[in-house]
Amino acid sequence: MHELKMKYQGKKMAPAFNAIHTFLFVPNETTHNGTHVKSADDLKRTMNTVIMALVPVLLFSMFNAGYQHFSAVNGFPGNFSVMEHFLTWDNFWIGIIKVLPLVAISYGIGLLVEFIFAVIKGHEVEEGYLVTGMLVPLIVPIDTPLWMLAVAVVFGVVIGKEVFGGTGMNILNPALTIRAFLFFAYPTWMSGDKVWVYEARERSEQILAGATDVDAISGETILGYLAQNKGAAMEAAYSNWDMFWGFIPGSVGETSAFLILLGGLFLVFSKIASWRIMISAVIGSLVMGLIFNQVVEMGWIGETSKFYGLMSFDFWKHLIVGGLAFGIVYMATDPVTGAQTNRGKWIYGFLIGFISVMIRVFNPAYPEGVFLAILLMNVFAPTIDHYVIRGNIKRRMKRLKNATILPKDTDGKAKELQAETV
Amino acid sequence: MNINLVGEAEKTTSKAVLSNVYAIKLKDFHGLTPKMLVKQGAEVKAGEALFYNKNVVDMLFVSPVSGELIEIERGARRRIVTLKILADKEQQTLEHSKLNVESATSQDIKAHLLKGGCWPFIKQRPYDIIADPDTNPKAIFVSGYVTAPLAADLDYVLDGKEAELQAAVSALGKLTAGKVHVSVGKSGHSPLAGLNGIELHNVSGPHPAGLVGTQINKIDPINKGELVWTVTPQDLVIIGEYILTGKFNAERTIALVGSSVKAPKYYKTKIGTEVSTFLYGSGVHSENIRVINGDVLTGVKSSPAGYLGYYNNTVTAIPEGDDYEFFGWNKPIFNKISNTRALTFSWMMPKKKFDLTTNTNGEHRAFVLTGQYEQVFPLDIYPMQLLKACMVKDLDEMEQLGLYEVAPEDFSLTEFICVSKQPHQQIIREGLDLLQQEIG
Repeated sequence: MHELKMKYQGKKMAPAFNAIHTFLFVPNETTHNGTHVKSADDLKRTMNTVIMALVPVLLFSMFNAGYQHFSAVNGFPGNFSVMEHFLTWDNFWIGIIKVLPLVAISYGIGLLVEFIFAVIKGHEVEEGYLVTGMLVPLIVPIDTPLWMLAVAVVFGVVIGKEVFGGTGMNILNPALTIRAFLFFAYPTWMSGDKVWVYEARERSEQILAGATDVDAISGETILGYLAQNKGAAMEAAYSNWDMFWGFIPGSVGETSAFLILLGGLFLVFSKIASWRIMISAVIGSLVMGLIFNQVVEMGWIGETSKFYGLMSFDFWKHLIVGGLAFGIVYMATDPVTGAQTNRGKWIYGFLIGFISVMIRVFNPAYPEGVFLAILLMNVFAPTIDHYVIRGNIKRRMKRLKNATILPKDTDGKAKELQAETV
Repeated sequence: MNINLVGEAEKTTSKAVLSNVYAIKLKDFHGLTPKMLVKQGAEVKAGEALFYNKNVVDMLFVSPVSGELIEIERGARRRIVTLKILADKEQQTLEHSKLNVESATSQDIKAHLLKGGCWPFIKQRPYDIIADPDTNPKAIFVSGYVTAPLAADLDYVLDGKEAELQAAVSALGKLTAGKVHVSVGKSGHSPLAGLNGIELHNVSGPHPAGLVGTQINKIDPINKGELVWTVTPQDLVIIGEYILTGKFNAERTIALVGSSVKAPKYYKTKIGTEVSTFLYGSGVHSENIRVINGDVLTGVKSSPAGYLGYYNNTVTAIPEGDDYEFFGWNKPIFNKISNTRALTFSWMMPKKKFDLTTNTNGEHRAFVLTGQYEQVFPLDIYPMQLLKACMVKDLDEMEQLGLYEVAPEDFSLTEFICVSKQPHQQIIREGLDLLQQEIG
């Protein structure tokens, strides 16, 4: 490998080759001047840590894909047991045929774009996509067609990241750019109650076409129920524990608040993700949820209002349904697109939680707000940082007023000389 | 964050073998344009001037030993790189008059230090360059507290030098309208603590608490237009001896440290001496090593055939890391230091001493992570934002974010932990140079 690297050094394909080489080996690069030793972490290790935090979520989602499918077909099992009904080969098989292709397409297309850009621009292939590629399949509905995903990935990586100069330079989170592209480009497909469960759409199309031997199945998300003011029906179908453990329909990887919580704790413990953003985002969403609960309690809106279902939803439950938890732990903490100053992170996180729940309640078309909220705050993050840093600069300016600037010994002489020459 | 490394110097001092050739490297004096005073082949005494600063004609740079100037090594554009002096068997030292600090004015002291070759030991901030003798600093800082990895223990090195230190500090005290701030370790027994005419600060805590930049920021931060001078304690000894005896004595006790050294300990030697004279005295474990003038974070790359730097009192030798490591980026790491816990386990062993190599452990990338530098950067400055301002050469931002207050060494720890492997110290150095050039 080393000889190959030397052979291709300086050639156009060198970045592509180096990417594979450094994937296998830590390079033999040594320090020059500056610090002669360096800490053990590099960007690959950092990104890898995030991926490890995502693996349990991915595995769970593969089982859940099957579980939701069979439950929608056969009805939910009466006395649910995890071993019997959830961790089964049938469920996992659905996961393999539905979730793994999403992962493969996301990584395949995304990395291809990365390699092409690296070769064109002559920089090294950057690791940012390792995480993005894992996030993307986890935040799309299970029945997303693969070609749609491929188009969205190309759009997201090129427009969301590469045009700004690659990892570290982008303004918007690439994974969320991909999600937003899907949502706005194919809105009819991405919303409604037919995409969350495998085969739901297929079957409804067959029924429309006149087929009589299939039953319609639907997999409305919890938020979907609430948006249609069907809170009672939802509560009959899913218990709070179902929501927490994640046995509910939803985007591929967002359902299990429990595993996301574990992943989040791992990321905070390993000091990779910012605990400030996570905590303040949780606080933000709780505050907004409480405000809505109060609005309902005060009787300002009636049960007939179309916001009633979501507004009366207990404030803390917002965290265990939909993509809020997933977004807070894995997406809001993206260091590149988030706020970069510690104080800014508190504000940034709080507003993400706050706006997420707000959009969730008020968005008439699609009862989910976290990806829009994060994208919105991505745009505002530099502004937040700007004002935080202004604070530091102001402090320095204030100090400057009391500065003791002593004259040079030659200052007097210089003036004399000047006087003579004039 | 302290970086515990293998190879701490044992507290015994040996006399290093006398070096044949001594060298002065012009790179040690950042931004200096030298003008030669003697020709190649000339005989000089120890303490006799070799060259002066083109911009400050009075500022002389002297030879550490007596002997023959055998080589003036030049680099690109005929710039002088190194001056080599072949030492005489019998050492002769140029004698100046003694200086009575009590009765001297600041002008007398300045002139005396300038002609004796002691001025280059006084550095100034902003810009981290040799101080301009025409200026008046608002304060002078001396850090006697050492936190840099494996660096020479000043309490040990300075032992018995109280008289010299006192003389130097008294002289410096007359050069500033403000105070001479001296810091010592809280639990140490530094000879600096007993000096008169200083403002003593007891410092404790992990690296970079011992860096003078950290102390300036906490005690009396620099504002735009202000000047602060800094001197290291080992250079105070040379200044002090010069004031007391009139002789420039380049002798210095240095620590030879690092995991590649078989018997790390202290050596008594002179500025500009060949590294091999003491390196092979202690023995090395392998030939593939990195020899560093200074500590592992801020030192300058050298070699066994190199020479001791003008300001250094530590020489480190560690293994080169020009090797590949299979899947090194995702397997758990026990033998390297990290400030994260991403399957790196140095946090479980705060007392363990590590044997690090010069491997970068990864490739150069754009800045990605945030909030990491702040954990090891105690100054009231936003480190990443300042680095970025330097990279894009935004003078206004650089000023506002506090570039005046820092020296490259203040960014050594952030550079160490940087997952993007950015050269922070170089970025800051270039930023300072630009600022000096544009604003002055």
